[in-house]
Amino acid sequence: MPDRYHIHTVPTPGRFYRIGKFGGVDWREDCSRCSNCVKPRCNYDVYKHESAHNRDPLAATQTLYECKACLSCVQGCTKGLLSLSVNPEFLEMGDEYWKPDILSSTWTQADSGKIPVSGAGYRGPFHGPGFDSIWTDMSEIVRPTRDGIHGREYISTSVDIGPKPMRLSFTPEGGMLTPVLNLVEVQVPAILDIPQWPTHQFELAHSRALAAKELKTFAVMFAKEAARLQPELLPSVIPIFAGDDIPDFSNVIHSASPMIQLLDGPEILGTANRIRSMRPEAILSVRAAIGPKSAERIIELSGSGLKVFHLCADLHGRDLSGRHIKDALREIHTRLVDSGLRDEITLIISGGIALAEHMAKAIICGADLVTADTALLVALGCRVCRGGHSPAGCPVGIDSMDSEYAAQRIVNLIGAWHSQLIEVLGAMGIREVRRLRGEMGRAIFMEEIEKESFGDLIRVPQEQACA
Amino acid sequence: MTTTTAIKSDLEIQEEALPQRPGHSDWPQEDIERKIRPVPERYRNAIGKYKIDRLAKCISCGRCVEVCGYGVHVKPEGYALMSRPQDYLCIGPACTEAGSDCISQCPQKALVMSLNPNVECFGDPRWSSDLILSTWHEAETGHTPPSHLEFRHGASGGGFDQIRFKFEIPGLDGGGSRVAAEAIDTGLDLNRREDGRPQIHIDIPVYGGGMSFGSVSIHTILAKARAAVAWNSFSCTGEGGYPDRLMPYDDHMITQVATGLFGVREETIQRVRIVEFKYAQGAKPGLGGHLLGDKNTPAVARMRGAVPGNALFSPFPFHSVYSVEDHKKHLDWIKEVNPRCLVSVKVSTPTDVDMVAVGSYYAGAHIIHLDGSYGGTGAAPDIAKKNIAMPIEFAIPKVHKFLVAEGIREKITLIASGGIRTAYDALKAIALGADGVVIGTAEMVALGCVRCACCESGRGCPRGIASTDPELMDLMGLEWATQRLINLQNAWHEQMIGVLSRLGVSSIRELRGRSDVLCYLE
Repeated sequence: MPDRYHIHTVPTPGRFYRIGKFGGVDWREDCSRCSNCVKPRCNYDVYKHESAHNRDPLAATQTLYECKACLSCVQGCTKGLLSLSVNPEFLEMGDEYWKPDILSSTWTQADSGKIPVSGAGYRGPFHGPGFDSIWTDMSEIVRPTRDGIHGREYISTSVDIGPKPMRLSFTPEGGMLTPVLNLVEVQVPAILDIPQWPTHQFELAHSRALAAKELKTFAVMFAKEAARLQPELLPSVIPIFAGDDIPDFSNVIHSASPMIQLLDGPEILGTANRIRSMRPEAILSVRAAIGPKSAERIIELSGSGLKVFHLCADLHGRDLSGRHIKDALREIHTRLVDSGLRDEITLIISGGIALAEHMAKAIICGADLVTADTALLVALGCRVCRGGHSPAGCPVGIDSMDSEYAAQRIVNLIGAWHSQLIEVLGAMGIREVRRLRGEMGRAIFMEEIEKESFGDLIRVPQEQACA
Repeated sequence: MTTTTAIKSDLEIQEEALPQRPGHSDWPQEDIERKIRPVPERYRNAIGKYKIDRLAKCISCGRCVEVCGYGVHVKPEGYALMSRPQDYLCIGPACTEAGSDCISQCPQKALVMSLNPNVECFGDPRWSSDLILSTWHEAETGHTPPSHLEFRHGASGGGFDQIRFKFEIPGLDGGGSRVAAEAIDTGLDLNRREDGRPQIHIDIPVYGGGMSFGSVSIHTILAKARAAVAWNSFSCTGEGGYPDRLMPYDDHMITQVATGLFGVREETIQRVRIVEFKYAQGAKPGLGGHLLGDKNTPAVARMRGAVPGNALFSPFPFHSVYSVEDHKKHLDWIKEVNPRCLVSVKVSTPTDVDMVAVGSYYAGAHIIHLDGSYGGTGAAPDIAKKNIAMPIEFAIPKVHKFLVAEGIREKITLIASGGIRTAYDALKAIALGADGVVIGTAEMVALGCVRCACCESGRGCPRGIASTDPELMDLMGLEWATQRLINLQNAWHEQMIGVLSRLGVSSIRELRGRSDVLCYLE
């Protein structure tokens, strides 16, 4: 067995105070300076920190939000002068998919590299659209047992990318016809993709490559960005070629990872042949938008020897027809299984993967691996305003970030995702993520379980209950 | 009856005084009276849904005291000025509509009512702020909350929150002719196997969930046990040992045998009337537990039979169980050690939970306890709480129907937990097919939890419920906590009687599996 895969996370605080959920309102005029003051007794020293912060030059530009809303001070103040309210700036962050809680949780993970833990049970809605209508299975008995996630049992999270022949074929003389098996292995089923809105800063691409090298995965970027990287980073890079850019960056084709990505289009087979002629062992992957016709296109291109597909959904995990990727993937996976092709093909899905649970659920729905894209920006402090809030430029200065620092935040995030994926796999009693792919029988889908459990209850429109 | 005597230390309890009661603990058992008394909030400023501000133009005429029927305004005898409004008692706009409210009657127009902004800072879809406030009200008064608080369900948009009794919906036939409240029985027999082991009757179809020594303060554990005595029900030690201070309540304790086997000794097994095997728990289904080294204090380590300062792992699952035969061997072991106990099996809710339940029955369990994924009180990974295993609402009918089809439903007691927040949740769980329920978070909230979810941060629970920090622990007294929990149960009991009476059902046992009294909102 190879060495256990381990991600070295290092606590890396954000560059800005994060926007917190709660803000205090303090009616100081009425304070009687009594000796019972609740402020020094704060369990989290929020008032002490605040008082120190107010003497800090940063105070003018950034607010310190540390309150955890335990309400002890609000309820304890002798004169009842303290109160709390929800910070509207917090609620305005992100959008309906990249919710403030997701951003906040991602920051915590990028800060520490640890799994987010909290008490007192689940707090969110019962179910929701997309991934929120799937629960993963668990098993009461698994073997061998697990002593914590870093215990003695090794759960593998590596996946192989590349054409996987189902059988070997030979010449009558006994020579092998099938090309030598040519796969690349990533140690974590997430590659680092290009963010979904234009942020073409080279520093970002550089930090993705640094993180990919550390994580033993790959960073996807356009060939022109890859060409500017230090040569030692190129083996961790998957360059994208459109076709006409091949002559300009031919050195990238030779020194990047064997996996090379081509944009889907009518000329794709010609481009593929040109790259193969330059680097015969290249593993070519097709980058295309996911949509209702994806399965057909995959089957068609598979006949021409292209076996790796990177399907891109939008920022909210929707395909071209507006379907969520959980449904689109299940359809594509089932089609490929029916046509006997599924095991030859590698499916990479990107778009809408915001949390570790989305990675696990996308794989259950049929992807081999996922990409982190927008989530990487969030790890660097992004609030998903997409340029909407500040014409002057990014409010958290994504473009002015030190690449090494950014890479460590990315490593931390993927480290936390990796640990959470192991939690999910361990609970299911599955010992490698390859076996999670398409395991829909080990997931609980809202539509089905609701029918099974509540099918015999009579249905009443919501409005009638409120009448 | 001795009621509120101070807790005796072990030394004070003389062994020669041991009563000989077959089937019960050898230790002298303390009796706690089931009496409802108001227990006010332990913080100075109680929080209500509405806020009343008194402006400076108030002339202290006292008109508001006269018109308010809820005691919001107080002008103490001999005082010239008004006290600060007790606005947590205010029922809000419902009062304004009636026209006899303080706001419109104030000659100076010096009173202003608004929604309390603090209320937005706690609560979530599953435990809405209304639910937290109404649980506080129930614990404070022992009775059903006023109508301005939605005390029956949360706002999570699914599960119990979308299920209603038909009689709650205008235009639907609720069925049944009313039964007199006095004729209604909420009791439950837990041994249905007829295997010669003692019968255990509980007076309410609810008992307390397992919270270990270390995860909550000793006051919390003792208060839960004492409330269980008062209501002739049960509380559970959780994993992590059986503190000696619980011995006066042995007859109402369940002790847990969990995967780490921490603190499990022959004498702790022999003390109790119910032993629970914890295979998995809803908050972290399929994951082991991890007690940080810092929390493994000398007291905790002694209880658990471990070395202080070492991190302790509860593995997942039992190292000794890999099949249903192993499971039976486990249950036989406990039955052998304690010939008078019933055995409960606590499992989480995987897709094959129905098969697990049947397997447990054939292995010899008296109680199968399903712990749904949305509940739990302790710290757990967010990914596990939200995503792993199904919510309890789905698991109950699935298991109930399967046990019926197997012809063994009448031979086993089915207990549901993990997201039972209110009396209505409990009743809906029973109508879906459970015999009874186990609660955890509801008890924590009754003790003053705001669900800030910071159980693990800093020195621990800032409100002194789930902390072993000596200073924080003393934020809450034992008598106060006991009475809050007794009151909570009374409020639930009242609501259960009300619903059963409305349904025309004279016993909680008749409600089991009556999904025909429910409907589902869509």
